[in-house]
Amino acid sequence: MEEVKVVSMPRIGDPAPSFEAQTTMGPIKFPDDFKGQWVVLFSHPADFTPVCTTEFIGFAKLNSEFQKRNVQLIGLSIDNIFSHIAWVMNIKEKTGVEIPFPIIADVDGKVAQLFGMFHPGESSTVTVRAVFVIDPNAKIRAIIYYPLSAGRNMKEILRLVDALQTADKYQVATPADWVPEPQTWEFTEENTKVIVPPPTSYEEAVKRLKEGYECVDWYFCKKKLG
Amino acid sequence: MSNGCVSLDGRLSERAIELLKLLKEKGRLKDTEIAEYTQRPLFQVRSSLRELTNAGFLKVEGEHYLLTEKAEEALSKA
Repeated sequence: MEEVKVVSMPRIGDPAPSFEAQTTMGPIKFPDDFKGQWVVLFSHPADFTPVCTTEFIGFAKLNSEFQKRNVQLIGLSIDNIFSHIAWVMNIKEKTGVEIPFPIIADVDGKVAQLFGMFHPGESSTVTVRAVFVIDPNAKIRAIIYYPLSAGRNMKEILRLVDALQTADKYQVATPADWVPEPQTWEFTEENTKVIVPPPTSYEEAVKRLKEGYECVDWYFCKKKLG
Repeated sequence: MSNGCVSLDGRLSERAIELLKLLKEKGRLKDTEIAEYTQRPLFQVRSSLRELTNAGFLKVEGEHYLLTEKAEEALSKA
């Protein structure tokens, strides 16, 4: 019988694993540096990839809303710090959006391992799209996993934080589709577009820019279906 | 791990000097107060304070941070 390798993964209610890491905003020690704050720690597969770029822009646009809720966002991937810096600068240059939160350079994958962000069935080399909501006592309060192909909904993550904080404050539970107040979450024509898989060779990258897609940069092109 | 405030040869970064100057002006401050004055994220301030304390530039009294003689000397040369 084939041996099944069991990897311990943190679960809801567990203390968040401690770690030290290098980020785009300097070194951090978790959870010490975040004492008294909520943290949304999220992993992405790789820098300079289109879905991740849309997610980072999404998080950046909602950063002030997270801040109002005493939440610090922290990104993570196994790319190195220079890649992170180059990507953040590229996003700023191409879209005008500044990334206002730190991104962990988890080159050896130690933090990703601690949090169970590698799912070998999906990819053995990069982290999946994991989200850990961690409360001010460094306890894991919610976990979300998305595959590589589907970008997350940042407003849902914000709604989740609202639900957890409301449950704590008022000792209540929240029903399906609950929101703290009526929302006017806008889904526009832009939300219907899909990502064209990024090129994997220089030749393809050069060609991609001439193919008539809507491109922000060589690695980040969108199209309408149909 | 690379440092944010103190380089390997002991030189202070701009962020570190900004923080030390603030403490020189105010005397003693908590981490949250420093974050407010500098408009920097709290985690980044805490990371800098830890690094500067370990390097001997700051001392801690309760929740407050104060300059050491080493910091005063460094600031006079900055």
